[in-house]
Amino acid sequence: MHNAENLKEYREDMQEALDNEFLRKSMDAFAVGYRENRAKAFAGIDERALIKKIADCKDYAVKNNAALMKQFTEEAEKRGVHVHQAKDAEEANRIIAEIAKKNNVKKIIKSKSMTSEETLLNHYLEDENLNVVETDLGEWIIQMRHEGPSHMVMPAIHLSRYQVQDLFSKRTGEKLDSDPVKLTKVARRELRRDFADADMGISGANFCVAENGHIGIATNEGNARLTTTAPRIHVAIAGIDKLVPKLTDALTALKALPRNATGQALTSYVTWIGGANECAIGEDEKKEMHIVFLDNGRSKIAEDEMFSQIFRCVRCGACANVCPVYRLVGGHKMGHIYIGAIGLILTYFFHGEEKAKNLVHNCINCGACKSICAGGIDLPGLIKELRARINQDNGMPIETNLLGKVLKNRKLFHSLLRFGKWAQAPMKKGPYLRHLPLMFMKDQGFRSFPSIADKPFRDRFSEIKPMVHNPKHRVALFSGCVQDFVYPEQMEAAVKVMARHNVAIDFPMDQSCCGLPVQMMGEKQATIDVAKQNVDAFEGTNCDYIVTLCASCASHLKEGYAELLENEPGYKAKVERFSAKIIDFSSYAHDVLGVSADDFNKSSEKVAYHASCHLCRELKVVEQPRNLIEMAGDYAPSAEEDVCCGFGGTFTVKFPELSSTLLDKKLTNIEATGAKRLVADCPGCLLHLGGGSNVRNNGIKVTHIAELLAENLK
Amino acid sequence: MSDLKELFREKAELVAAKVTNIKSMEEAYAYAANYVAEKNPCELLIPSSPSAPQPEFAEEKIMAAPELSDEQYAALAKECEAKGVKLIKDGMRGYMAGIDAGFTIADAGLIETGSIVQQSNGEELRLATMVSEVHVAVLPASKIFEDSIAAEKLLLELMSGVAYTAFITGPSRTADIERTLAIGAHGPLELHILLLED
Repeated sequence: MHNAENLKEYREDMQEALDNEFLRKSMDAFAVGYRENRAKAFAGIDERALIKKIADCKDYAVKNNAALMKQFTEEAEKRGVHVHQAKDAEEANRIIAEIAKKNNVKKIIKSKSMTSEETLLNHYLEDENLNVVETDLGEWIIQMRHEGPSHMVMPAIHLSRYQVQDLFSKRTGEKLDSDPVKLTKVARRELRRDFADADMGISGANFCVAENGHIGIATNEGNARLTTTAPRIHVAIAGIDKLVPKLTDALTALKALPRNATGQALTSYVTWIGGANECAIGEDEKKEMHIVFLDNGRSKIAEDEMFSQIFRCVRCGACANVCPVYRLVGGHKMGHIYIGAIGLILTYFFHGEEKAKNLVHNCINCGACKSICAGGIDLPGLIKELRARINQDNGMPIETNLLGKVLKNRKLFHSLLRFGKWAQAPMKKGPYLRHLPLMFMKDQGFRSFPSIADKPFRDRFSEIKPMVHNPKHRVALFSGCVQDFVYPEQMEAAVKVMARHNVAIDFPMDQSCCGLPVQMMGEKQATIDVAKQNVDAFEGTNCDYIVTLCASCASHLKEGYAELLENEPGYKAKVERFSAKIIDFSSYAHDVLGVSADDFNKSSEKVAYHASCHLCRELKVVEQPRNLIEMAGDYAPSAEEDVCCGFGGTFTVKFPELSSTLLDKKLTNIEATGAKRLVADCPGCLLHLGGGSNVRNNGIKVTHIAELLAENLK
Repeated sequence: MSDLKELFREKAELVAAKVTNIKSMEEAYAYAANYVAEKNPCELLIPSSPSAPQPEFAEEKIMAAPELSDEQYAALAKECEAKGVKLIKDGMRGYMAGIDAGFTIADAGLIETGSIVQQSNGEELRLATMVSEVHVAVLPASKIFEDSIAAEKLLLELMSGVAYTAFITGPSRTADIERTLAIGAHGPLELHILLLED
């Protein structure tokens, strides 16, 4: 559970997690193993089409929630079920406690339910002197430890076998073996009496099917089947977002849920319960069955045009499984009750802004979650939007506000960058700064900072602009601030490669920062203002392509601008034209210029590659850069090539501990290839990787892929 | 048909189900009675008395077959008797500590996931397939579907009134401790599927 008061305390929590060696090792093994299992589980399945189907069904269900609720209630009541609706957690808990008291219940067994975690149901029932026993192995473990879950489907993933061994030994009064298989057998034995004795069983529901009033529950252990069979009363608790129109919708979602959660084709059990079934110890030999639907803010979210998509969540937990930050710190630090990317968002809506305000900053915006979400939810996009909303409610932090103001004024921004060149003079050491002024220095020593170039690209362009007659097409370059002012040589290299191919090149001088950094900080108006400025800067250029060497800029310009400017008068058509022309350098060189091995003197240099998040996931550019490297050098694949380097723009400033740990992992993998050259498609990554390599003194030359190509041109 | 059977077998075995081809129900009865007779005694998960040793094992072999027709039940009972196995069809609440086996006839098989569909409206059947160490299910080959969606019509029929329907995919399992797979959590330790040529 997340209790940090402010970002500083939250950072201390991070450090505590990073110091937990077991957690780190276990999470690493999980992250790597999960990727393989998931890929196997989805083999032969059209994943995108399946996700689209689930998203469409859920979107329909959100819009028609009231009608589905009515239909479900009618069907369930026909089958003898009592259907309740609770507006908030307190009411849901009270309804369940009243059912228990009315029926003289002493012992309650539970199968896994995240919704009951959301309402803190166990605490409530225990305060009412009811004996509550969790029966899912992981839930039982954390219940005995008085902890919340650290993962939505593997709640005790943060614990070692030895911790479980100690816990179970204490419980049974005998010294037990640490073998997980044997410990599982202990739980099997210890809990059977509880199943036999309990008066009431509480379950969750993965699906509530309106057409036949059935609930569907997916479990592996069989505990849900026992929980809903042995006791005389069954209460299911479910968010109203679990309603789906038809059985086939639930069956479709079930194709993705276990595959995404654990890499299983299906859980051992899927239990479909429609009504008050036979029960030998119930009144009239029938079970008493209740369903409690929880709103708790959900119907408000359903009306939110942007956030209603979070109803597509099937609670598979995959967004945590692939999150590089979750991998470092675990669920207790990356969520309140719901964890992972979706957890950051749900915390805001279910548990309030106070609990969410620190958490929402802990997203590096790498897009790994978005690329595997079973409902196709734009998780990083929503997290960025939440930052903006929280800022709006609380007033901007002063530095965000200031940056926003500066960025809106291109001339001021660029003057400041030019001034930086003089200000840094006493600190400069080769291409890096020797030391940073104290205000920037804090906790940033894990990588060197590059120095600002003597002459920005915009001042060099007129000298290197190629003269072309009858060009085959026209290109306008978008440099982004880092390449313009820090790495102009990367831009020059790109111009050199293009110049061979008879294309006209332009550099519109009114272009500015793409705006992603201010968006990451939650400054919405500045994000829109710079977007307009850039669209206007390129509107008059008459170009066929807008090429950028920065993957982050490219994805923001191509994917982000249309949404940002859709409601700005006069910009709809302009931004469509603009975005359609945006292309990243590797795709441009490979697919448009059609460069080939014949263009290069292939060098024998071993070259490692870092697949930048925004290139490989947002823009889905995978083959092109690797093919280009192989044309110019000797491509050396490294482990986890597409895992984030830890930069994340403002993330590296907010969470230096996490950022530097991710960087270390990345560089360790790169160094293992033996390559002394590393290339990438994004100056942000390059700044991070280059600065880190400089500190580690690993002798690796870190450059843009365009520089590798330019060096080896015939 | 044999293709479907093979495809089903392949997927079911991937999730640790034991699949055997049979030609008649008689073969199924003999298989179940034999297997129970030869398996290790059932561990009683609720001590018979406070002073009972742990783990404690049952003294007699017990199989439950709650929803067979009278004729089927009699035939299975005969096989069980010959092997010294006690066969029951009700009173499962008296056996919450565990029995050796539950015997059922499945309603469908799903190739995609190697699952069986088991209508479980009756409480005796539900308990028999949960507190048994081994679940033996006969799956008529004619009821094999490509996946749950292909079986939707049948599923909707099974769910038409007050109903309790289960997809069962291999034995019960968990990986909640260090993500290490442990077969046999709260449900059966083994799932045997007898593929009946019909």
